[in-house]
Amino acid sequence: MSISTAASSAVFAVYEPVIGLEVHIQLLTQSKIFCACSTRFGDPPNSNICPVCLGLPGALPVLNREAVTMALKAALALNCRINPRSRFARKNYFYPDLPKGYQISQYGEPLAEQGALEMDIGGASRSVGITRVHLEEDAGKSLHEGFPDSDEKSYIDLNRSGVPLIEIVSEPDLHSPDEAYQFLTRLKTLMLYLGVSDCNMEEGSLRCDANVSVRRRGAASLGTKTEVKNLNSFRFLQKALTFEIERQIEVLEGGGTIQQETRLWDSREQRTYGMRSKEFAHDYRYFPEPDLLPLLISESWKESIRRSLPELPHLRKARMMREYGLGEQEASQLTGSPALADYFEEVAKASGEARLSANWILGDLMFRLNERRQDITQTPVSAVALAELVSLIAEGTISGKMGKDILAEMFASGQRASQIMAEKGLQQISDAEEVGRVVRQVIAANPKQAEQYRRGKTATLSWLVGQVMKATRGRANPQVVQEALKKELGPSAPA
Amino acid sequence: MDLTNLTIPEIRSALTSRRASAEEIVRAHLVKIEERDREIHAYLTLSPERALAKAREIDHLVASGAPLPPLAGVPIAIKDVILTRGVRTTCASRILDNYIPPYDATAVERLEAAGACLLGKTNCDEFAMGSSTENSGYGPTRNPHDLERVPGGSSGGSAAAVAARLATAALGSDTGGSIRQPAAFCETVGMMGTYGRVSRYGLVAFASSLDHIGPFARTVRDVALVLRTIAGRDPNDSTSADIPVPDYVAALDESVRGLRIGVPGEYFAGLNAEIADNLQKGIDLLARLGCQIKSVRLPHTEYAIACYYIIATAEASSNLARYDGVRYGVRSTGYRDLREMYEKTRNRGFGAEVKRRIMLGTHVLSSGYYDAYYLKAQKVRTLLARDFVQAFEEVDAVVTPTSPIPPFKIGERIDDPLQMYLTDIYTVTADLAGVPGISVPCGRTRSLPHLPVGMQLLGKHFDEASLLCIAHAFEQAGGFAAGS
Repeated sequence: MSISTAASSAVFAVYEPVIGLEVHIQLLTQSKIFCACSTRFGDPPNSNICPVCLGLPGALPVLNREAVTMALKAALALNCRINPRSRFARKNYFYPDLPKGYQISQYGEPLAEQGALEMDIGGASRSVGITRVHLEEDAGKSLHEGFPDSDEKSYIDLNRSGVPLIEIVSEPDLHSPDEAYQFLTRLKTLMLYLGVSDCNMEEGSLRCDANVSVRRRGAASLGTKTEVKNLNSFRFLQKALTFEIERQIEVLEGGGTIQQETRLWDSREQRTYGMRSKEFAHDYRYFPEPDLLPLLISESWKESIRRSLPELPHLRKARMMREYGLGEQEASQLTGSPALADYFEEVAKASGEARLSANWILGDLMFRLNERRQDITQTPVSAVALAELVSLIAEGTISGKMGKDILAEMFASGQRASQIMAEKGLQQISDAEEVGRVVRQVIAANPKQAEQYRRGKTATLSWLVGQVMKATRGRANPQVVQEALKKELGPSAPA
Repeated sequence: MDLTNLTIPEIRSALTSRRASAEEIVRAHLVKIEERDREIHAYLTLSPERALAKAREIDHLVASGAPLPPLAGVPIAIKDVILTRGVRTTCASRILDNYIPPYDATAVERLEAAGACLLGKTNCDEFAMGSSTENSGYGPTRNPHDLERVPGGSSGGSAAAVAARLATAALGSDTGGSIRQPAAFCETVGMMGTYGRVSRYGLVAFASSLDHIGPFARTVRDVALVLRTIAGRDPNDSTSADIPVPDYVAALDESVRGLRIGVPGEYFAGLNAEIADNLQKGIDLLARLGCQIKSVRLPHTEYAIACYYIIATAEASSNLARYDGVRYGVRSTGYRDLREMYEKTRNRGFGAEVKRRIMLGTHVLSSGYYDAYYLKAQKVRTLLARDFVQAFEEVDAVVTPTSPIPPFKIGERIDDPLQMYLTDIYTVTADLAGVPGISVPCGRTRSLPHLPVGMQLLGKHFDEASLLCIAHAFEQAGGFAAGS
């Protein structure tokens, strides 16, 4: 996946990039963080609103316990120290989609600090520090396009205002765009396992900013950093980081200095550019939110959440390798999302064929899903249905080739494998007598090739197998065909 | 029988004895408002339909012989920083000139559920920022006892309405003295409960950690009746306390004999001689009632005003950010871009004092100044609160003057903000410490034109009952009773 290393390996030998990520993750609570409004995505604009999330005069926030529970899950899974007492703070700035003129966030006293995310980088296990995890509310959305009068007006949708977020800040422990990509992927997988977010970058439930600097390898101090924003896909993250690292190196190589600034990634022009200082020169004037009491996390609450944590990705991977005899690569891919791992385990258990199940899921099933731009949660082929197909293949009722065709049909029609086979007469022919009849026909029709085989040209056998398969439209069991041909043709020996 | 002169128990007995209907009581007030409010200007908006609808509801209850709720037929005025569903709520600011809230404040909801009839919304300093009601975007309110003078502030409209019999009781808000000081200036009783005692839900925020809703009335008993109705935990306000509300009315009749009352020297040093004189008489009366008078120390008092004007303005600068012309309120015209829209809206919509406080508050929170101002003020606040905790180890209540000066003339102090801020010198401490306070009339100044003087009693956290009890005994002893 690495784009960067090939392009600039020479300068990378001299410079070391230093990257830290700030990741915003939308929590999957039913209601907003400070009011009872629904968090549903995609509802008509301004339909999930109330005095609190509209920031009407006199309205007051009341903390949603569910949001705290989810944030604690995330923080504990990231091995953070949970602060028994944390505080909300106001981050003050004017923006039309920020209805109160401040965002309720956490600042000096966050929910959790000092965690770590374990990763495999280049085959070696590495720990990336987590500086902090804190809770905050989302702002609304400004809509600048798509209305007849968009040239003169902007519209505001406040459905998202007050949706709970956690911000996860990493230490500057990442040293290439590829590592940053892997970190974010890991983090996403972890959040999916915890069930605290759907981490959908398109819908904005996972957002990422990056702090980037470069320094000469071996240098003790960090270089001046820039903050890169607008990284709304995993691909953009890598591209933007690559661009920004190369830009900084170029500036330094040219004898210049790096300006500490916020830069936006422009995906059309494939570059970052600095925002005019006015746009980001905010003094947020943080101060403790007087409308909320300090957030107290009891030891017993913390421990009950810790006990409720699901099996985390690295443990599940190890267990699946052990339990199903999967290879590292397969297990890694299958545990990439909890839904995929669940799906695999269901297929494997129902079919009793773990390895074959893994092959079919990671092969044909994923291929077909990718083709349709769907993920495992949207598959039209249920785990039970795939297990049936896998069983049919395992017991030799159908060939692998037939399996592929049937799976395609299952995708198209939603029917079960057995139904499709019955309708299309697709039973594999394994009956020796039936196969023998076709084999005799094929030999009779191809005397020259039969003769070549008998004279010792054994390679001809596979051509003859092909002819039999053709005659049976692929339904014959290739194993049985081979046996039957050998029997009918007699020994193959040089003259 | 003058229906505008009745206390809450008198209204109840008038209703149950059928000497007056709730509708007659409300109409009598509406007539009086019609007659007198042109000169007093206590009200900004009237809600006669709402008051009369409630009155008729009460009259049906009376007719059917059903039990009456505790505030049945009581005409009440609401300070215009407290939200009333469907009734314009401006905070006396031009920026909310057209604002009609979609919901009621919890306190308003509770009053109406208890049978009170909401007459309308009262004038105040814009967003409750001021001590004279002169900072209203709609012109000042006049003191009913002397029309040339201010009624105090910021809840001047509520105090004046109650004093002039334009309402039986009223709600105000107190952030630095805005209930107690106008109560003193208008010769009424005004009380602020402990921080967290009364829900702030629906109170337009000025300084969230200091804001309180509380009652005005002409008697301590009426104040107790209203406070009992609005007090108590509200799930919509995270800072409202989950502590049971005692029966404040029953507490009135307990004995004050043996209660220890502290006199903090810090509140009397250099005090206006006439006010000092009245206070001394008040303290003597308390002693005659059997209270033990002790001297106490509140050593950090001198830092209170500075501390208050940092914390209050800091919070205000943030609380008032939402008035940006984007979603509600008045948006100025003639702007070219977003920034200019913000600037014009806020520049034209806010008055001078509000802008001054937003600027002060923005400054004290800004990077490089936060530690020196806001953080330091928070530390001072902690010390001030500790002063009270220590004093209350020795006494049950503290007595002080409510205001360092008697009601002043309209325009007399408006050009000197610092002089105006110093008006709050004896009241801000209770807001900062979160302790409850009440102001009761304590006679009039000796010299002409004999202006009202208020006595302030401050109590322990959640011990409103003792304050009401002492204030009631003081009032009943008669020497300094309202209207005397």
